[in-house]
Amino acid sequence: MTLHPTSPKFKENAHQALGDTQLQKALGNVRQGFIDKRVHAAERLPEFEALRDSARDIKNHTLAHLDLYLERYEQAVTAAGGHVHFARTAKEACDIVGAICRRLEAKTVTKGKSMIAEEIGLNAHLEGLGMEPVETDLGEYIIQLRNEPPSHIIAPAVHLTKEQVASDFRRVHKGLDKDRDLTEPVTLLGEARQVLRERFLAADVGITGANFLVAETGTSIIVTNEGNGDLTQTLPKAHIVLASLEKLVPTLEDVSQILRVLARSATGQDMSVYTTFSTGPRRPGDPDGPGEYHVVILDNGRSAMLGTDFQDMLRCIRCGACMNHCPVYHAVGGHAYGWVYPGPMGAVLTPSLIGVDKAGHLPNASTFCGRCESVCPVRIPLPKMMRHWREREFERHLTPATVRSGLSVWGFFARRPTLYRLATGLAMRALALAGGGKGRLRWLPGAGGWTRYRDFPAPQGASFQERWRKERANRKAA
Amino acid sequence: MSDNPKNVPPMSNARAEIFANIRRSLGVTGTEAPRRDAVDDRIERAPKGLIPGRGQVTGAERVALFKTEAERAQASVATVASADEVPAAVADYLRRHNLPATVRMGADARLAGMPWGETALEIARGVSDGRDLNGVSHAFAGIAESGTLALVSGEDNPTTINFLPDNHIVVVNAKDLAGDYEEMWGRIRFTYGKGQMPRTVNFVTGPSRSGDIEQTLLLGAHGPRRVHIVVVEG
Repeated sequence: MTLHPTSPKFKENAHQALGDTQLQKALGNVRQGFIDKRVHAAERLPEFEALRDSARDIKNHTLAHLDLYLERYEQAVTAAGGHVHFARTAKEACDIVGAICRRLEAKTVTKGKSMIAEEIGLNAHLEGLGMEPVETDLGEYIIQLRNEPPSHIIAPAVHLTKEQVASDFRRVHKGLDKDRDLTEPVTLLGEARQVLRERFLAADVGITGANFLVAETGTSIIVTNEGNGDLTQTLPKAHIVLASLEKLVPTLEDVSQILRVLARSATGQDMSVYTTFSTGPRRPGDPDGPGEYHVVILDNGRSAMLGTDFQDMLRCIRCGACMNHCPVYHAVGGHAYGWVYPGPMGAVLTPSLIGVDKAGHLPNASTFCGRCESVCPVRIPLPKMMRHWREREFERHLTPATVRSGLSVWGFFARRPTLYRLATGLAMRALALAGGGKGRLRWLPGAGGWTRYRDFPAPQGASFQERWRKERANRKAA
Repeated sequence: MSDNPKNVPPMSNARAEIFANIRRSLGVTGTEAPRRDAVDDRIERAPKGLIPGRGQVTGAERVALFKTEAERAQASVATVASADEVPAAVADYLRRHNLPATVRMGADARLAGMPWGETALEIARGVSDGRDLNGVSHAFAGIAESGTLALVSGEDNPTTINFLPDNHIVVVNAKDLAGDYEEMWGRIRFTYGKGQMPRTVNFVTGPSRSGDIEQTLLLGAHGPRRVHIVVVEG
């Protein structure tokens, strides 16, 4: 995978994605799958909406006391025999992990699914040290074979069809019988299970992410369906946990509240199959488990989000519901967003982490339909924050000149109501005339971006302001 | 466990700077008594949030809820009247699925006290090396609200048995079924002490699965293809 963001090229990326027939076929699975499953899971739990409030409040409380919970967490990990490392940047995090792996003379490093590992570009770093990182989540394994970044935070290979996966397996798995049937997902899964089982058993170090860190007990938590994270962390000599600092929660009770909304929002399960609570390394008498336990806590720009318009984004628990429900994500998939985090959460987080100058297109790629906020389990006001980014982008003169001059023309009229009404009234009549009997326009000067793909509806009847005046007069009369 | 891993880059600067940044952003110093008290109090009291009504049933109803929810997650559930009947139930399960009569298990005293000699099962003890077809574990508890098993690591219950064998058979006592997660954490604290945890607590809700290829849900990704639960009522 590449760490170099292609977010500045969002428009080209999106254009390409719209014309990619394989991708469009695969994206159909997102549109169909996730939405209904979430609705059913939520309906089965009458307290679901109240639990979303509870999850939001827990995260807000933790963020307001983050320094203190981090201290408590660090003490508890150390007391359990583990080590906490702090990393300001992606590079520092890579160096810490690399140093541990080198000390243990690691050759094979298995990895459970970790978005932080993607964010810091860990695989490339380990390869540079002569080690072999092996992704073990099925989706991550597939995209590693293809040297691609994930296109979804919980379903990394959702952009691929089974035929593409089969051809990757045939390309990479040496010794695979050419007559072996790989036409169905079940046979593909069997093949991956067999190949990866050997890798689990051979691994020297196992690296996982963390869904949560519990301050009370110094526990890291992973939530998975495959069991790959558990094999990754149980079998090798050392377990390294990668987590960003906002993963903290105060207690086991608090995490239980959030777990009730996590899987329901993500995959529509009541609970994911495996929720694993890990506290320190193997203990005296334990027959298995890792000999060392390390946690790398990454900042990478997050501490600067606290106390700003974007603090609420740090509540995110990475369920993926916002992208599952996003019409823009449905249309272009995750790769178009150009970095690690796609969809609405990516559109807000990416500018915070890599800069609005590079990722300014992302918060603009929204219809403001509000579905992301309506399904977010921790009620992050994603559309509001995308608007904040648009304001920042405008303030910093990053918006293209055509948009800026268009807006200033509009601003000129908007500040002069009489002129505004006159101008819009004229424009409406002109457009209605041009639309003729069909009531739509095939072509409109200055709006080619719109009319290339669909007709422009011609205004009909009176303007909103005229109708509003009439409506108010009617109401007063009644 | 080594004391201080060598070759790790110095991070004292990183740590200090991250804490300073957080405090600057939040506009705090970290020494404010009300903030410290709020944190100490929350960790000390561990207040329960909203507990769903679903799990708030007892006795036979709780066992029935646990069974229903576990089956919804594609686990299978058998009920036996006493611990003495567990070996026969395990043998019966393996026979019905045409599986070889071999099982691996840890040194759990509850399992060791069962009359395995009355069956033809061949028993291997200790950690799994990835070649076992069938594993047997004893759960610390079950959680009725979602049909979830809670397994803890220790001298007697190797974690590898929960993940490596194709078929995982888990014994749980009906009296150890909690209504909700919070009730289960109460028992963990009672058993291990406040603020203490077993090295690993595994929540298991059904067999391993993946939907990563075309969103088609398939069982048996990397962990067990089947999870069979034996509830001991006695």
